[in-house]
Formats: sequence, structure tokens, C-alpha cells
Amino acid sequence: MNHNTARRPALLAGLAIASVALLSACGTSAPSGSGGGEALDELGDTEGAVSILAWPGYVEDGSNDPDVDWVSAFEDDTGCEVTSKTYGTSDEAFSLMKTGDYDVVAASGDASLRLVAAGDVAPVNTDLIPNYDGIYDFLKMQSWNSVDGVSYGIPHGYGVNLLMYNTDVVTPAPTSWSVVFDGSSTYAGKVTAYDSPIYIADAAVYLMATQPDLGIENPYALDETQLAAAVDLLKQQRENIGEYWSDYLKEIQAFESGDSVIGTTWQVIQNSVTTGNTAVVLPDEGSTGWSDTWMIASEAEHPNCAYAWLDYIASPEANAQATAFFGEAPSNQAACDFRDDCEAYHAGDEEYASQVWYWSTPIADCLDGRTDVTCTDYSAWTTAWSEIKG
Amino acid sequence: MTAARRASAYLTTHARTRLALLLAAPLTWLVLVYVVALAALLVTALWTVDSFTGEITQTWTLDNIVTVVTGALYQAVTLRTIAVALLVTVIDIAVALPIAFFMAKVASPRLQRVLVVAVLMPLWASYLVKAYAWRSVLAEGGVADWATGGNSPGFGLPATIMTLAYLWLPYVILPIYAGLERVPDSLLEASSDLGAPTAQTLRLIVLPMLWPAIIAGSIFSFSLSLGDYITVNIVGGANQLLGNLVYTNVGAANNLPLAAAIALVPIVIMFVYLGAVRRTGALENL
Repeated sequence: MNHNTARRPALLAGLAIASVALLSACGTSAPSGSGGGEALDELGDTEGAVSILAWPGYVEDGSNDPDVDWVSAFEDDTGCEVTSKTYGTSDEAFSLMKTGDYDVVAASGDASLRLVAAGDVAPVNTDLIPNYDGIYDFLKMQSWNSVDGVSYGIPHGYGVNLLMYNTDVVTPAPTSWSVVFDGSSTYAGKVTAYDSPIYIADAAVYLMATQPDLGIENPYALDETQLAAAVDLLKQQRENIGEYWSDYLKEIQAFESGDSVIGTTWQVIQNSVTTGNTAVVLPDEGSTGWSDTWMIASEAEHPNCAYAWLDYIASPEANAQATAFFGEAPSNQAACDFRDDCEAYHAGDEEYASQVWYWSTPIADCLDGRTDVTCTDYSAWTTAWSEIKG
Repeated sequence: MTAARRASAYLTTHARTRLALLLAAPLTWLVLVYVVALAALLVTALWTVDSFTGEITQTWTLDNIVTVVTGALYQAVTLRTIAVALLVTVIDIAVALPIAFFMAKVASPRLQRVLVVAVLMPLWASYLVKAYAWRSVLAEGGVADWATGGNSPGFGLPATIMTLAYLWLPYVILPIYAGLERVPDSLLEASSDLGAPTAQTLRLIVLPMLWPAIIAGSIFSFSLSLGDYITVNIVGGANQLLGNLVYTNVGAANNLPLAAAIALVPIVIMFVYLGAVRRTGALENL
């Protein structure tokens, strides 16, 4: 018995060394340059399947609601069987794309550039997508869907993060974000906020209006002092937060039960609440928002079906169905012929679209053009977010 | 036939080969799944992530571990997690002891079987379903509100502790029940014949014999609570535990090295806990 126990540590050490050596030998390589792979020159036969990663409500095949289905028509037309997965935050999408399991991703601006930089998505040859011509020009080749004049995807839709409130409890109807920041103690324990570092930008938008001395020009370009001010504001808000949400179903349920009565939301959540005692408003300070892009994985197993999906979802009818269901403005100019609520979303209103701060990845080179300071990057925001939550 | 005979004849005389063949498969499994996975975790904690591309860079550094050990955030969350795990364990043991005693010593054999099934029954339902059930119990206007006249604790750490204590209760009852089964009735009778009051019998006879079983149960509830992140997400309000920090660093922040460094904290805590338990000698009697 004794000689066995004496030998065990040596054996364990040997195993540990062997596995470390093995890991170092086949570990990950150094980061690659920007963009992965080449854009296709021409299309081939479709592969019979395509796997899609998207926000909830973007890829509906009738399984959630029999009347909401634009995937079946695509499957019938192209023979590409669609499998889809939804995600709750851009960060989740970013790490899911690292698995290499998806051909297509619908990415917001705070994920798209990171996906390009990490080489996870390939350039998209827009000549192979006939419906690209119908997309609003002010959405094409923007900083969140192209790099150095190369297109990395097809615009899908855009929208605004709104303020949702329980009409029974919150009176008078709010017109400012101050009810969830400086005045959040009125609804202590019932305030909700989006559980992602990108929510820091919402605080920055509020600070742009209320503390002009800070000199914030762009909520995604914050230097150390500006970030600290936003973090202070959010820490103060944290004391009155009931719960954070990233799963939109959790927020729907929290508003229906009354556990949350005020906080940031998406139009689709307002559309899904069944109790009828909630309302949404775009506060006076403006807001953050998203402008989403369909992108193709650089290692896509089904590139032809992926192109077929990009073309299909950019077509007026499918684009109208998908964006109407999610509650956002469509990207196709003709999509409004297929939906009657375009005005509410200011579809095609370039002026309105320019007032929304679309999600963008914060990087060290300040996005607002300042060169005399270094801005805080996304990893600093992530650390700050953990600290805010405490 | 002859080949099989020859092989079995060979194995009869070569004990070491026999042992090697017997253990090869489970050992490979253990090494691959357990040791290599753990080593991978340790190694990852020593790397960093390129903040923009999200790729792991293989430069050796202790930064992540230093951050986790010295950061005020991580210290606060670690203490909160330990407190939650300890409270869950204490509540579970306090609830499990009388139930297990009744099951093992008082109930008729028939009732005993029924009670074992009743204790095991919640394990048939999914963990998520049970956690969400507690969410609706504790929600505004839920059962807890109704039962307490509007004084439901709501979502937060108390809700997390209650839910975790509920989830892990079967894992604590079963070992204590098994331990009590091993306490002979004759000892209890002898103790009472010699004039010991019930409390003294429990303290001097039952508890020392039961100690290893209680420790076994506490290891379950303590370690399971230490790693939990789903329950606190569902009923914990805005609070976060160590598991949430690991989860957000893997999922949201895409910072695997920092997540690995944080994951080392519960491992160290468990080692300390098991070390402390070992010193009491409880592990030898399991």
C-alpha cells in the first residue's frame, strides 16, 4: 500500500506535464489579420441545408406562432433546410460564431466589426445578391458592415432601444431616461436594464444631454473620465434595479407579473406582452439602437445556401415580414408595400436614422475622431460592467 | 474457443496484464475527461485575450490570477458565494436531520419506502423547471406573496438561498438517511436503558456515528451551490455569484483565460473544505 501512495504524486506530475505539453503543441495560434476567406465569385448548386444564428424573431418557421413563418417559403424555393439558433446579446453571438457551427449570422454593429477582425466572417460579393439593389443607400457600406470599402454583409433592419413602463404604476408617462437614472429610486426594486456592457452607452447618451461638461460626442467613444462618470451613474442605478435582463422572454414575464415596471426594451417585447398595461416611448435624450447585418461565416459549410438566404431575406416581402415581426424598420425600400406600420418606425427617414446611436464596438482609437486621448475599449467596458453589477 | 481458453489461461497467470486490461478503459476516460480538462483550465488561466479580435494569445502571464485574487469585485463575489453555499448547507442539514431520522427510525417499513420515493421524486423534474417554479412562487402576486400577506422576499439572495436549499435537499437527506440506517436500534435502547435522556443519546451516540454522513451531504450541497449560476440568474434579481462571473466571461466578455482563473476559486475552496473535513477524520468512515 505504502509504495503505491509514494509513487502516485510522480505519476500525477508526469500526467500534468504530458498534458501541458500536448496543449501547448496544439493550442490556438496567434490572432489572424482582418477578415477571413475570400468572397465567392460565382454561385454553385445549393447544398440542401443552412445553419443560421440570429436575434430572436429573425428566423421564424411557424413553430412559435403558426401565422409567423417566412422560413418555409425559403425552404420550398431553394431546398435549403434551415436550422437556426437565437442569441440574447451580441457578445453571445460573437462567442457562438467561434464554434464554427453557423453559416450565416445576423450581427449588430457591436459584434460585426469584431467578427471581421477575428476572421470569423467573409467578405460578401453583393453582385451575387440581386435584392441588394433594393436596399436603402444610407444603410449600404456603413462603418458597421464594411471595412476598407469591402462589404461584409447585407443590411437587415434597424431600430431603437425604447423605454418601456407599466402604465398602472408609472405616472405621469415618462419622456426622459431620468426615470431609470437620476430618478430611479421612485421605482426602487422594479427597474430593469439590459444585461450587457453595451448598456454603458445608454448611460452615456443620457450624460450627453444632462452633463454636457463631460464633453461626450459619441457614446461609444468614452475616455477614462467619461467612462467613470457613466459607471457612477450605473452604480447608482444598480441600487434600484430589480433584475437585469438579456433573455427577452424573462423581461416579458417580469413586466407581465409586475416584477419590473420600467426599463429599457425592444419593440418586439412590447408587442409580446399580453397583459396590455405597458407602453413604450422614445425619450427626449434620444437613444441607442441597432442596425443589423446578415453576414456569412468564413468557414461556412453551405456557402451557396447562405447566399440564397441573404438574397431571400433582403427581398421586399421577407424583409417586411421579418422586420415587422421584430418591430424595427426594414432595409428594403419596397418592404413598406408589404407592411402598414412603416411610419411608426420612420423607415427610410435618413434624418431620423442619423439621430440614433447604433451599437458599435468601443475601441482604443476614439470613434469620435479625438486623437489626444485613448478611449476605453470593449474589454474595459466588460470589466466595468462586472463592477457595476458588484 | 481455444483462443479464448488460451487467453484466459494467460490472464490467470499474469495478474498485472489482467489488471491493466481491466483498468485501461476507465483510466483513459478519467485522464482525458478529468485530468486533461483540469490541466487545460489551469493552462488557459495563464493566457490572455486580444481585446478586439477575441482570439486567445499564448503569452504566459499571472495577470488573470492576480486580478482575481486582488480585485475587490472578485473578493466580494467570492465571499457572497461562500456565504450563500454555507447557508444553503446549514438549512439543508437542519431540514434533512429530522426527516432522515423519522424515515430511518420511526416510520414503518412501508411508509419508509413511500418517503424515500417522495424524497427522490423532485429529482425526476428538470432543474430548470423547478427554478422557474420558484420564480413564479416568489414573483409579484405569487404564492409567497399570498401566503405572507404581501411580504414575499421577492427576487434576491434570500430567494436564491431558498431555491438552492430546495434543489439540493434530496442530496443531503439520502446520505444522512443511509447513515442513520447504520446506527443499530440496540444502541439507542441501551442508551435509554442506562438512563440517558433523548438529547444526550442524540449527542453522544447518534451524532458521532452520523457525522461522516452529514459531511457527505454537506459536500454535495456546498459544492453544488458554489458552482451554481442558473438559479441566481432566475430568482437572484440583480445579484451575481462566482458562477455568473465565469459565465459572463466565457459568454459575454469572451475572456476564457479570466473565466478559467475565476473557476480556480471554487476549486481552491473545495480543496480547503475537503482538507478541513479530512482532518476531522470523517472521510475515513464514509
